[in-house]
Amino acid sequence: MGKITLKNVKKAFGDVSVIPDINLQIENGEFVVFVGPSGCGKSTLLRLIAGLEDVTSGLIEIDGKDATHLPPAKRGLAMVFQSYALYPHMSVRKNIAFPLKMAGMSEAEQTSRVERAAKVLNLTNYLDRRPGQLSGGQRQRVAIGRAIVREPAAFLFDEPLSNLDAALRVGMRQEITELHQTLKTTMIYVTHDQVEAMTMADKIVVLNAGNIEQVGSPLELYRSPVNLFVAGFIGSPKMNFVEGTEAAKHGGATIGIRPEHIDIVEGGPWTGTVGLSEHLGSDTFLKVQVDGIGTLNVRASGEVGRHHGDRVSLAPQADKFHRFNKDGRSMK
Amino acid sequence: MATKASRTAARLMISPAVILLFAWMIVPLVLTLYFSFLRYNLLTPSGNPFVGFENYYWFLTDPSFTAAAVNTLLLVGGVLLITVIGGILFALLLDRPMFGQGIIRIMVIAPFFVMPTVSALVWKNMFMNPVNGIFGRIATGLGFEPIDFFGNMPLGAITIIVAWQWLPFATLILLTALQSLDQEQLEASEMDGANWLNRFWYIMLPHLARAITVVILIQTIFLLSVFAEILVTTNGGPGTASTTLTYLVYVASLLQYDVGMGSAGGVVAVVLANIVAIFLMRMIGKNLDA
Repeated sequence: MGKITLKNVKKAFGDVSVIPDINLQIENGEFVVFVGPSGCGKSTLLRLIAGLEDVTSGLIEIDGKDATHLPPAKRGLAMVFQSYALYPHMSVRKNIAFPLKMAGMSEAEQTSRVERAAKVLNLTNYLDRRPGQLSGGQRQRVAIGRAIVREPAAFLFDEPLSNLDAALRVGMRQEITELHQTLKTTMIYVTHDQVEAMTMADKIVVLNAGNIEQVGSPLELYRSPVNLFVAGFIGSPKMNFVEGTEAAKHGGATIGIRPEHIDIVEGGPWTGTVGLSEHLGSDTFLKVQVDGIGTLNVRASGEVGRHHGDRVSLAPQADKFHRFNKDGRSMK
Repeated sequence: MATKASRTAARLMISPAVILLFAWMIVPLVLTLYFSFLRYNLLTPSGNPFVGFENYYWFLTDPSFTAAAVNTLLLVGGVLLITVIGGILFALLLDRPMFGQGIIRIMVIAPFFVMPTVSALVWKNMFMNPVNGIFGRIATGLGFEPIDFFGNMPLGAITIIVAWQWLPFATLILLTALQSLDQEQLEASEMDGANWLNRFWYIMLPHLARAITVVILIQTIFLLSVFAEILVTTNGGPGTASTTLTYLVYVASLLQYDVGMGSAGGVVAVVLANIVAIFLMRMIGKNLDA
């Protein structure tokens, strides 16, 4: 249950092609994250899988069965929306029971399933409230509850955490991950936040302008990005890119080095002036204007006593270079 | 900002407007009350003696009063039913993206801008006239007996005319309400397995509840005073078949020249309207809070 296959899926709105051509295989029980910048087509792709948009051409298979032209309700998928899309005039209980009621389930079965879902999500005390009386995190949990009672083949999440504040987001992130470990159901999760992607995913699909740039586990993408886009998108702070003679010296049209792979040492090959320094205690982020190369982000662990205007000497870790050719593809 | 001095100043400055509005309301009301206790007929100028509740007695025991009260309720109820149901259907239709949407929306709203007298005359002479009207022609053409709208179903005919005038108002309010419905809610319910009818019943209709309340309250206020449509079509007849309370007050004061009786009728109408208003507020007003 919960294997989804996309074959040559294309989507165009009028003359505008949003998704030129996508092939993707999602295994049963996987937590897959679609990540990419705004407008890269990741939400559209999710809506195509959900059935809320029609594909222009191509095939969508769910559990080996062609679902390309099935209506959303018949696909056996459940979706959690960015705005949660709770029904404001219904109590939490009725919200969660709504899909069961639509499926024509008996009252007793509805009640027992709702109670079970509420227990899992710590909503038991809020069942008779309206969504308007709940906090953001609670509404989020109700939306998830409405999805899990149906016991779907897969869950679809459309940027579900973007309306929450930072602290709550970290908490919900862990809750969703734990939920996935308990239910072991396929989950497809859309986000533009690469931290969410890195922390939650079994498999990340990096999208750009409707194309899949790379598919892989979080650390695969971190270690060996296939092109400049993935290299720049995955990892925070962003990877540094250096072009020109310095790049040629290391054997590439462009070379990339992550901020955490540059050490502050005495007598390193690069020297520069600190522009901006952010001291977090656990880490120190420096923006260094390096002579003859440009601005580099440097991340040092712990407290580093370097401030604006200081001269520093930097040494990149030689084995951590990423080399890219003229077309921006990795040369590894 | 709200210091004691500023609050006093605010009260002082707002008082002329409040006093003027209050006087505007209270003077006619008190005068009407006063006249309703006098024998005051313009045809028998024999002084205006105080007669207590005599006017009320004769007004309330007049057989046409019961007929008028029932007619008023039927008219208001009928128009509300047609406009709310019709308004919802039109709003659903106009909410769909279609060719020439802007023009169609303007055309739908157009009847609201036609004066009641004009629209009633157009309906009377061009649509509902059994000989010259379109409906009559169609019926004759198909071999049926044409319906004499104002002879056989005068109140029904007036209800249709008034409903036609108020349908655009209901449509407009309900359309705006429908457009404010979060699309993700509809998509979520679609994912939850709700078909169109379920989506309408469980998602759209509850969302429209507040707008429907507003439509009913506002329309009731205006429909209780429908007058021009009756005057230019049936004159309240045949008999009292299409006489409403408003029309009955008009008959008493301007056809029988009985100011006292007209005033008494006016006061009765005000009281009845308030009873209806309280009833409505109780019944559906709770939709307005929360």
